[in-house]
This record gives sequence, structure tokens and C-alpha cells, in this order.
Amino acid sequence: MEYEAVIGLEVHLQVRTASKIFCSCANRFGEEPNTLVCPVCLGYPGVLPAVNKQAITKTIAAGMMCNCEIAGYSKFDRKNYFYPDMPKNYQISQYDLPLCQNGSVRIEGVGFSGDEIPRRHIGVRRIHLEEDVAKSIHVGSYSVIDFNRAGVPLMEIVSEPDMTSPDEAHAYLTELKQMMHYADISDCDMEKGQMRCDVNVSVRAVDNPGFGTKVEIKNLNSFRAVHRALSYEIERQKELLEESAAVEQETRRWNDEEGVTTLMRTKEEAHDYRYFPEPDLMPLQISADMREEIRRNLPESPASRRERFVQEYAITAYDAQVLTGEKALADFFEEAAAASSAPKRVANVIMTEFLGWLGDQGKTVRESPVGPEAIRELVSLVENETISMKIAKDVFSEMMETGKAPGDIVEEKGLQQVTDQSVIESYLQQVVQENPSVVDDYKSGKEKALKYLVGQVMKLSQGKANPQQVNDRLRDMLSQ
Amino acid sequence: MDKNIATLSFAHAAELLREGQISSRELVQALLSRVDVHDEALGAYLSVARESALSEAEEADARRQKGEQLSPWDGLPISVKDNIAVAGQANTCGSKILEGYTSPYDATVVRRLKDAGCIVLGRTNMDEFAMGSSTEHSAYKPVANPWARSCVPGGSSGGSAASVAAGEALAALGSDTGGSIRQPAAFCGVVGLKPTYGAVSRYGLVAFASSLDQIGPLTKTVRDSAVLYDLISGPDPNDATSVPDAATGVSGVFDSGLSLEGKKIGMPKEFFDYEGLSAEVREKVQNAAEALEQRGANVKEVSLPYNEFAIAAYYIIAPAEASSNLARFDGIRYGRREVAEAAGRLLETYRLSRGKNFGEEVKRRIILGTYVLSSGYYDAYYLRAQKARTKLREDFARVFEECDVLLTPTTPSGAFRMKQVTEPLQMYRSDIFTISANLAGIPGISVPCGFTETEGLPVGAQFLAPHFAEKEMLRVAAAYEQASPAAGCYPDVTETDG
Repeated sequence: MEYEAVIGLEVHLQVRTASKIFCSCANRFGEEPNTLVCPVCLGYPGVLPAVNKQAITKTIAAGMMCNCEIAGYSKFDRKNYFYPDMPKNYQISQYDLPLCQNGSVRIEGVGFSGDEIPRRHIGVRRIHLEEDVAKSIHVGSYSVIDFNRAGVPLMEIVSEPDMTSPDEAHAYLTELKQMMHYADISDCDMEKGQMRCDVNVSVRAVDNPGFGTKVEIKNLNSFRAVHRALSYEIERQKELLEESAAVEQETRRWNDEEGVTTLMRTKEEAHDYRYFPEPDLMPLQISADMREEIRRNLPESPASRRERFVQEYAITAYDAQVLTGEKALADFFEEAAAASSAPKRVANVIMTEFLGWLGDQGKTVRESPVGPEAIRELVSLVENETISMKIAKDVFSEMMETGKAPGDIVEEKGLQQVTDQSVIESYLQQVVQENPSVVDDYKSGKEKALKYLVGQVMKLSQGKANPQQVNDRLRDMLSQ
Repeated sequence: MDKNIATLSFAHAAELLREGQISSRELVQALLSRVDVHDEALGAYLSVARESALSEAEEADARRQKGEQLSPWDGLPISVKDNIAVAGQANTCGSKILEGYTSPYDATVVRRLKDAGCIVLGRTNMDEFAMGSSTEHSAYKPVANPWARSCVPGGSSGGSAASVAAGEALAALGSDTGGSIRQPAAFCGVVGLKPTYGAVSRYGLVAFASSLDQIGPLTKTVRDSAVLYDLISGPDPNDATSVPDAATGVSGVFDSGLSLEGKKIGMPKEFFDYEGLSAEVREKVQNAAEALEQRGANVKEVSLPYNEFAIAAYYIIAPAEASSNLARFDGIRYGRREVAEAAGRLLETYRLSRGKNFGEEVKRRIILGTYVLSSGYYDAYYLRAQKARTKLREDFARVFEECDVLLTPTTPSGAFRMKQVTEPLQMYRSDIFTISANLAGIPGISVPCGFTETEGLPVGAQFLAPHFAEKEMLRVAAAYEQASPAAGCYPDVTETDG
């Protein structure tokens, strides 16, 4: 029997705003516990929420990035349940009228496993805005609570169960994160809890139109963990089905060290959150003007940028995927490539040399010591044959270390390629005189010997002789 | 001084301060002395801010001497219901669960009063979390009606009403969710104003039912209510339900004369036909109508057919919101925590802290509210109640097309005796004339209109007006006050014991 997986993702994303959603406390990670708090986000008696407009605007922008319908009329609701990390014992959330609905995220390209993912649209059922809760920290037999996180604006992005493989789920998350970065909506740092992901997965026989029993997986702390957990869980469910055993509806925990999911709890207890409209906040009227203004300020999506890069700069789809991975990188590439006569070469230098160097140094694109114009200049020095590719590598290293312009480095160090016929001629003569036996070898038909002689000339010229010219002249000279 | 402080109004006190006939310190001291003498018997205060009130009064006097008074009201003391936050003061809401809690911030209304130089004299007693109509549900002590100590002062702002009536306060702030300002004002023979929903910021008012709550003044005169409304109203960025178009400068009506020529006053027949309305109260309010006619108003009968559903809708919506609003009192971050025997048992900590420290009436409403919001019942109760509320609002809108202000009794009877009303439903029905204004969000004011002949207890006439029409409402109320047989009557607190 052939099986397929049905995967849905529920992603929580903290919205990057200056202040929290309902008070003026700063929205920042990593401060001393309980220092970013006030009566409002601590749920003190008598306080009221006042909505942060930036959180609304950014959530709408997120919806637009995901091609959602944006509500003209929306509202907040109270979700009631008791837990110590909830200051009011209700969470201000959105129930039946979320800000964004019915969108989609396009996925494509090379997947996490290395396989190609066919282009697909993954449905986004809804995006709503709510307040984050405090953070419980368990210390031995008791718990302490840090309320710095309480009231941070939090988006919940619910996908349709449209994904069929761990690669697709990984690609969806990657695309989502890229879009949120591009539009400056969220930092999406999973380690800082800015992005949290719950997975629902079921397996069904390919010809079965219904759904299998779904399992929820929690404790997924990286995209890699999502991929691994799904791969594991899909196999586990397949095996159960093959043994004609039932998959139980349950919540499982991903154990990253052991690479397995383990049972957390069976069947959700029937939670009754007693939702009702938040009486402390007026319903939200989102005017066409407001929507238009948000739309005007949206950046180009990563998907459309990928497409454009392939067309405008004649690079491969894979290169475009890598280069658009981060908005800062895409901007860097585009600035370097736009005025270059050899954008493909610019792409190569950035992908191999530049990203390699940043990786070694543990630096981000924004921390690069040189700007995109330096890469463009370096490429043009190679293009107009001022330096060879080999010298270009040295110039690159020097430029990254010192921040100097590549032209200046070439000038200072006299690295210009030697193309003067008479100079090259003198190198050739010296090498031919010093290596009579190698010359003989070549003349007796050993093609390899020529390579050695070219190498000797390059050495003599300190790498500055034009290798093609050396090659051609030497062949001429020895055939006489 | 002690003799006339009892009858001194807020506005009159301001005049005396301005003329230098009295100092702020003397005022505060005189009130404190009255509290010392009478409040043990009355129970109007839960706490008195003796030290801070006196030192703030001295500061106000110093400002005034230098001609640097913050406003005409600088140095005037006011008493504040214990569910309104005052920085550095207790904020018990009449509940054990908030015993020991000190508020770290000022409610917007308190901030505005302080900015005008006013002084918080003390915190008035109330039904726990404002749930009740007699102040018998205070977890600390009951309040006696200054006119007859065996009677209740009404509620839930019973402490505010009693303190003003007994001359233990120049004026007081209360809160009104279903009549909690107007009903005790009527029972205690003082003026009580519930502003339009959204006119006064709720920031710092410990929420009972968010969509119904509104802060307002309890005062000796209509003018004082107007003055205090002007001081505390206006939009507040901290309260999203406060509105920019609230009435302003309402005390200005007193400058323009109080003519009622051409004013149309409606008397809703459903109120006067209510079977529980006592004959005495009906008569007093009808007398009020005649007095208004004599001053040139046109009085006519109108109809509010949906008022019949007001109590039912209210006792779904208010408990629903309350069940959620009161969830924060869990003993985790503030207030009383009962530590569970089995250490670390979270659920047990919640259960004990809330079970032991909420009173019966509060628990009853939390249970009721939790029930009506439960899945499967939401549509049948909460949603239907909201529909009834819309109908009621439409009722008022229609009636206000044909008249400017409505006149009704504030309560079906005079103050009842303590422990006389034991059935919750019977207690709930005592708000039958006040609740609809909260559901519709319109303003209302209760003005003394006489006394019952049998027991000599105060009777209140209620005026209701369209949203934000406080000015028109106050004009009619003030004009009536001049004709009211109850105007200028105060209880003799030293002798009341009936």
C-alpha cells in the first residue's frame, strides 16, 4: 500500500514592535526577568488594554505577504483559562474575525533533503493577533515566572493541511520566515522564542479521500527538528497502518537528542475557552486607505525576487534561491550585480568567496567590512583582465581583512596582470633555458610537460603573467 | 464649623476657600472629625487617608497663599469608592481577596482630581466587587443608612452615598454598573450621576462588567455632580472605550438659567405600572412631574416595551463579563494567597484562594457568568441577551425622538431594612429602574424628591437622557432640584437609630 502524509502547521510569531501590544513597556528579549513590566501587562486590578497600532499594521502586512484577504472589520476576543503565566487568566486573542484569512505561501526549489520541491501553494487559513503570555521557568520542584514576555504581540499563522512531506513543511517555514524578515515583521529567532511551531500530521493511503488520525507534535525548536520529527512520525504512523494498528489521536513530544517522538498526552482534554468579544476594546475598522498604505510599504516578496533575479541577472534558480535567502544578502547581491557587466560572476563571488568568508568569521551580511561596490569592482578587474582569477582570490582576502578597495590593493601591490609581449618573452626564454630536459619531454610528445613549464613561468612572474598568453606563446616557441 | 460642614457642598466649599473663610486643612480636619465621631456606627469608610489628606491640604493651602492654586477646586477633599485605584492606597473592592494589596498607580479619574488639587480623604465601603444593592455584601462591614441605621444605604456605592449624606464627605466617587450610584443616592437622599458610557475613563476602576461600568459622582447638589463630571470626564488614551465626543463643560448650564420652557419630559409607563413600585414612591415622582410642568416643561407618557427584558439581559451580560474580569484574582501576583497543603499544587492554590476569599454573591455571579459563556450555551444566553440589549437601546433611541429627558422613579421603594432582602432575585429586582440605562449606555441621575410618609426615608427621582446629553439632563435635574421638597434636607446623624 502506498501512503501519503497530510501536514498542517501552526506557527506563533512575535511581532517586532517598539512596545508591547497593550501597554507601553518595551518589547525586547534578553533583559533581566520582570524588568519590562507595568500594571497593565501584569494584569493588576483596574488596568485596561490600549492597542498598539504598529502590531495591527504589521499583522496586516504579514497577511498581505501571505496573499491573505484582509478584514475590513475585525475584533478581539477573550480566551478564558487559568494558568500562572497568564496575568489576567484570560488571553486577549481573536476568535471568529481574525485580521487575515484565506492566503497562501508559494514553495519551490531545493528542499532540505536536497531533493527538488515542485512549485506549490500552501494555504494559509488565518492569521490572528494576540498577546503573548509570560514565560514559566521550572526550577526543581517549583516554577518562577518572567513577565517580560507577557503582552508581546504574537501572531498565530495557521496553515491548511496542504503539505505532504517534511521537505514541504520545511520549505513553508523557510518561506514564511523569509517573508517576515523581508517585511520587517518578526525576527523569527526560534532560540529566542520569537517563532514557535506546532505540527499536525496524519498519514493516509494514497487512494483514500478522507484523513487519517492526526497527531500533534510539540517541542520543535528548529526547522531541522521539524523536518526530522516529521520524517520520524510519518514512518511511525506508516508502520502502524501497515500492521493494521490504529494511530491514536495524541500529542507527542519531539526528543531531539534521541531523534524520536514520545507520547505527551492522549486526546486533548475538552477545553472550553468561553470566548466572548473583548469589551475593553472597540472593534477594529480597517479602512481601504489603511490597507492601501500598508500595501504601498510592502517589500518585494522573496518569491518574486527569485524569479526576477533569474531573468535579469541570468543566474540559475538555485543561485537565486541562495541569494534571496536573506533580504540583506539579496539587497547586497542586487546592488553589486545591477551595475556589473558580469552579474553571473558577481553571483559566484558572493556565493563562494563572500559567503564562505562570512561563514568562517561568523559574521552576517550587514557586518561585512566591504560593501557591494567592492565585489562589483573586483569582478570588473577580472573581467577587463587587469588581474587573473587567481590573483582575484588574494585581492578578495586582502580586501575583506583591510576593507580597502580592490583597485587600490592591485595598485599598491602591483598585481596588474603582465600582458607586455616582451616581458613575457623574457620569462619564457629563462624558463626554457633552465629546463632543457622538460622541453625535450614536451617535444617528444609529453603534453603534460607544457603544463609544468607554464607553471614555472607563472611562478617567475609571481602569478601576474596572463596565463592564456603564456600558454599560447610557449606552444609557439617550442613548436619552432 | 462642625455644624455646617455636614451640609456644605463641594462648590460652596470652593467658594469659602477662595474667600479665605476656611482653609483646606480646616476642611479636611472637620471632615475627619465627623468620620471619627460617626463612622463607627455608619461604616461608610473602609480606610481613611488621615496623614496624606492633612499634608496634601497643607500643601494646597500653601499654594493658595502664593496664588498658585492648581484649579478653583484645589484643596477640596473627596472620598473615593474602594474599587477605584489610588496610588499607595489600599484597593480592596470590599473583598477579602484584595486584603493587603496596595495599588501602584492612580486611576485616570483620580489623576485628574489630583491634577486639579483635590485630596483623597478616604475609601468608601461597597458591596464586594460592586455586586449588590445594599452594601451588605461588603466583606468587611455593612453600612448603615444615615437616615435610619437599621436600613441599608443601597449599593453597591453605599459607602459613598452614606458618607455624603452624613456629612463625612463633601462629595464622593462611585461606580455604576446597574444602578450602583443612583440607587444608593436615592436611598440616602443625595444626588448620584451615572455618565454616558465612554464619557469617563474606566482606567483604574476595578472592572465588574466592562461594557456597563461607569464612574460618577455622589454629591449633595446637582451642581456638585456637574462640577465633578467636568473634572473627571474626557477621553483617555488608556481607555479604548472612552470617547472623544463626550459632553464637556456641563456645569455651564448653571450660568444660563434653568428654564424648562418647551422641554419635553417623558414618563415611561412601564416604569410607573411596575407592580413592585410602592405607591408612595410613585406619588413623589408624579409630584416631581407636576413641579416640572409648573416650570414650563411638557410632560408626557412614553413607552419602553423592551425594558421588561432589562434585568434578564443584565444578569447574563454582567456576570459573563465579571466571570472573566475576576479571573485575575488568583493569589499568584497580588492579594491573598491560600497556600495549598500539598505544596506546589497549583489548582488547589487557585481553588483555596478564590474559594475562601470571594464572598457568596461574587461566587454566585462567577458561576452564573461561567455557565452562560460555556460552549453550547453561549448562543442561547449571551448572544440573546446582547440582542435584547440592542432592542432596549433602540427603544431609548425611539423615545428620545419624542422627548428630551425621561423622568422615572430611581427605585421601586425606599431603603429596605438590613437582612430584609435575602433572596438574590428579589435583590436584583431592586435595580429594575436603573439597569436599562447601563444596558443602553445612556446617562442617568438620581435627585432627591421627597420622603416616604411611613418611615421618612428618602425617595429619588431619576432623569435619563440620550448619549452625551448630560448637559440637558443636568439642566432638568437642577431645575427640578430647586422645586424639590427634599432639597437641603440632611439626616441628623447623631440621633438616627430607627
